[in-house]
Formats: sequence, structure tokens, C-alpha cells
Amino acid sequence: MPKNTPLQNTSPGNKFNLSTAELKEMARKLRRHTITMIARAGSGHPGGSLSAADIITALYFRILRHDPDNPQWSDRDRFILSKGHAAPILYAALAEAGYFPVAELQTLRKMDSRLQGHTDRTLTPGVEMSAGSLGMGLSFAIGVALAARLDSRTYRTYALLGDGECEEGQTWEAALAAAHFKLDNLTAMVDCNGIQLSGRTCDIMNLEPLIQKWQAFGWHVIDIDGHNFDELLAAFPQAEKTKGRPTVIMARTIKGKGVSFMENNVAFHGKAPTPEEAERALKELE
Amino acid sequence: MAEASTRETYGRTLVELGRQNRDIIVLDADLSPSTMTSFFAREFPERFLDCGLQEQNMISIAAGLAASGKTVFVSTFAVFVACRCFDQLRLCLSQPNLNVKIVATHGGISVGEDGISHQAIEDLALCCALPNFTVVVPADAVETAEAARAAAGTHGPFYIRLSRPRTPIVYPEGYRFTLGKAVTMRQGKDVTVMATGIMVATALEAADILARQDIDCRVINIHTIKPLDEGAIVRAASETGAIVVAEEHLAQGGLGSRVAQTLAREKPVPMEFVNLGDRYAMSGKAEELLQRYGLTAGHIEESVKSAVKRK
Repeated sequence: MPKNTPLQNTSPGNKFNLSTAELKEMARKLRRHTITMIARAGSGHPGGSLSAADIITALYFRILRHDPDNPQWSDRDRFILSKGHAAPILYAALAEAGYFPVAELQTLRKMDSRLQGHTDRTLTPGVEMSAGSLGMGLSFAIGVALAARLDSRTYRTYALLGDGECEEGQTWEAALAAAHFKLDNLTAMVDCNGIQLSGRTCDIMNLEPLIQKWQAFGWHVIDIDGHNFDELLAAFPQAEKTKGRPTVIMARTIKGKGVSFMENNVAFHGKAPTPEEAERALKELE
Repeated sequence: MAEASTRETYGRTLVELGRQNRDIIVLDADLSPSTMTSFFAREFPERFLDCGLQEQNMISIAAGLAASGKTVFVSTFAVFVACRCFDQLRLCLSQPNLNVKIVATHGGISVGEDGISHQAIEDLALCCALPNFTVVVPADAVETAEAARAAAGTHGPFYIRLSRPRTPIVYPEGYRFTLGKAVTMRQGKDVTVMATGIMVATALEAADILARQDIDCRVINIHTIKPLDEGAIVRAASETGAIVVAEEHLAQGGLGSRVAQTLAREKPVPMEFVNLGDRYAMSGKAEELLQRYGLTAGHIEESVKSAVKRK
């Protein structure tokens, strides 16, 4: 592979460019979609969608250079959802951005829907990767980032991982490789909500000290509150400015964020709310 | 018969393809001196990526490159890709139908002394199970070059299995390969041996032995295991009335299973199978292993006689 050449992204910025107040409003809207979609589907993973809501909102409505009218635009920034079970929050963002009608969100997980239970790149406009088997997304993102370097393209590649997902060995293969290849056009984000399907990550398979692990693997680490837009919006340019190595944003989040009875509740990792619970949740998100 | 290395031919063909198409990227997992992607690495260092001992990572990286418009060739030993990376093959390549060509060397027991950890004998079953995948086992070096060219020119994921030892040349230079089209290597009317990979040369040897016993044996090379040339298989069954399938693979899920599935539906005839059965082999010289585990011309000869007897 060629020596790392500094990349300048000269493409136009994010066309939505929402203010912090507007981002908060958008995140609330996406959380509402998530609850409605999953409740209607009768299955799905609300907790990890709600924890990632602010990260994804910041990306799609302020950071990413993307064009919903041209999902295959070759210079678009790439967002790769490695934690594929958070598909609902990505679908909500894509729909609100205009990749497909918002009404289509209600087809989630139904027969013949373009919105599969986990992301499917062959079906959904704007979805870059078929995911759902954990640990593969950062590797995929490396391939996408390497292609940018080979073609001297200025797009940036973002991959969102779960903290539970960091238990997968392949994540660390990718962490080693991205640093080895000096992929400074790649930013990983870890949605550190501290909870996985059957319990707290520290009880199931302790990941700590996680920051030191990424640092030891050669990454620039930014540690932020993943629900604070000021911190989120400051982190991405900082990652873009960092040369010679990839950046990982450790986003401290709350599983189920925004719905009191889902927050830090293991039960809502992979359980749909009942119609009554959905109603209560939507009320809290008004 | 003259012999040549399928790996070396692959390595040289890859360089030729790299010259023609700048979008070809090659990945390897610390085995480029053995898989012979080293030739490509030397000529096009900027388009060669050594992924180290991270095979699963390598397959997903290949997917990301392919999703960004690259034609990606990935090489390592067959076991370390087909067996170790099955979930990555499935979700990263097969389902999204991405343009990644896996050219796996060291297939089968002819790997020899390295033993069972290095002998891929389940790989064809695994890769044939994957939708969108094309699975090819070239019979010799000439066909290897053709298969690599065909893969580069055809969209979608490929699994091409090569061998470690030098293998007999069964084709003249100038042979033109058609993906998915079986090749009749020798005409015959009493029985047909369908073989793939190194077993094609062995089948031709068996046909010579059988000819001396007045058994007229047709030999068909099924280089493309998936998609299968069902027309050629049904025609051979109709015209010769008995089939023997020979492959360097376990009994289940490989060429034998696929031919049997076709003939059960279209043209049931007596069939026999020459393969490794349901067991792992061991360390040894390739020829010793092929003898011990039932993959010689003599074993094909016996199976042909059994099949003919049942007509």
C-alpha cells in the first residue's frame, strides 16, 4: 500500500447543517420513530437504537457529506453501522434525510419490506453494509477507507460499533489493521452503553480498560458524552484533523436513552415495547 | 504427463490481470510466498495488501473494497478461508453479491505432510452452500489461468480451489474455458466418470486402464461445481447409463452430492462415488495419502466396475 498521503475533503458540507437545538429536536423525532417502528413490528432492539440516536443524528444532519437524492454518489462520506441491530435508528435518520418516505418506516421487519431486521445493503437506499453478525463492520470500513486512499478520494469513513461488540475478536483484528495502515480517513465510534443482551458488559465479558486498549492498538481516542451535541460536534473535526492514525470516539451513552423505563434496562436490549409501553414512551418523548 | 504448479500459474495470471485492470486489488494473509500472490505484490505494491494473520478481517476488508468499486482477489490456504471465515463469506460477500474472488490454494489432502489442520476437505460443501457464489476447481495449470481470467471478468463472489503440489497438465496450451460448461475429456459409451480438480488426471488414467479391459469410459471434467452444468450431466447419464463421481473432498456436499441431486431428479442411473468418505486424513506424502484414502486410478477403476455391474 502507498505511503499515507494527507487528504483534504473539499466536497460541500452537510446539506442539512442543523443547529444544536435543531439536532436535539431531530434526535427526539428519530427516537419517536424508533419506538413506533419497533412496537409495530412487535420485535427489535430499542435499547441500542436509543443510545445511538444522538450520534447518528449528529452525523446525518451535521457532519456527513451525503446526498439523499444520490445515495451512490461516489464522493459521499460513508457511514457503516457495524452494530446492525440498531438498524431502526439508522432507518429513521435515512427516512428523515429523504432517502425513502418516512411512512415506509412502519414496514420494519415485515415481509417484503426494504427495512430488514438488520441492515441489508442490497435493499435499503443509503445503507452501506449488510450487518447484524457482530464484529465485521470495522473491517468493512477499512476496505472502504483503503479504496478512498487508492483512488485519492476525499470522502471519510465512519463506523459505529457497540461496546458489547468489542468482545468480538474480529474488532481487534480490525483495530490492529486500521492503525497499521495509518487510516486517518477512518473514524470509529463506540456506543458505550455498558449493556449487552444478557447483562452488563462488565459482568458478561469485562472490556475495561477499553480506552487504554484502543490507545495501545495505535488509535487516537476521544472520550465524550455521547448524548451531548456540543461534545459530539467537537469530536468529529478533531478526528478529521488527526493525521497518521485512525480516531475512535468513545461515546458514553445510556442504553434506552430518552425513555425512563428503558434506560439502563437490560430487558429492552432486544424486546419490543407493548402498545401501552410504546404509548408511555412516546409521551415521554413529546 | 507433464506437470505444472497451479499456484504459480495463478500468481503469473494475476500479474497479467493487474496490468489490464487497475481496479484489481489483491489481499493475502501472510502466505503470499506460498499462494504466489507475491508476484503481484512485487509488480503492484500499491495494490497489494498483506492483512497479516487476520483472515476474517481480510474477508470483510475485501467486501469494503468491493463495495467501493474494486475487483478484489483474496488468497490464502483453503482451510483458512472456507472453514475459518464462513460467516464473513456469508454476510460480507454472498448475501450482498460482492465482487470478491477467493483463490484458495492448498485444497484437499494432497497438501500432504502439514496434516489435517491444513487439509481443506469440506471447502466445496461450504462454498457451494453460499448463494451467489461461483465455485471452480481447475484441473490443471492451463485451466487455472483461464478460471482466474473468467473470475476477473465476471461479477460476483468466486471460490477457486487450487492445490499445493504440481499437477499433471491435461489441457493443451490455447484451451479456452467456459465458466459453467463441463468439458468432455474423453469419449466413451459404457460409463462416465465425472471428476474435478486433480482427480481429472486420475480419471483419465483410470479410463486407460479400463479401456484395456474393454470398458469404454467417458471422462468429464466438471471444473465449475456451482453453477453445475446439469445438461452435460444428464446427457452423460442418458448416453452411458452409469456415473462415477471423483473428487478430493468429503462424501457430503461436494461434487458427488450435487451430481446425485441433479440425476435423482432428471435421470436416475447407477452411481458410485470416489471421495474421502466421512473422515479426516493425516500427515504423509501426497501420493501416499491419495492411496490410503481411496483417491487413485485403481479406486476409480473399482467404482466404475461396480457402477457398470448395476446397469
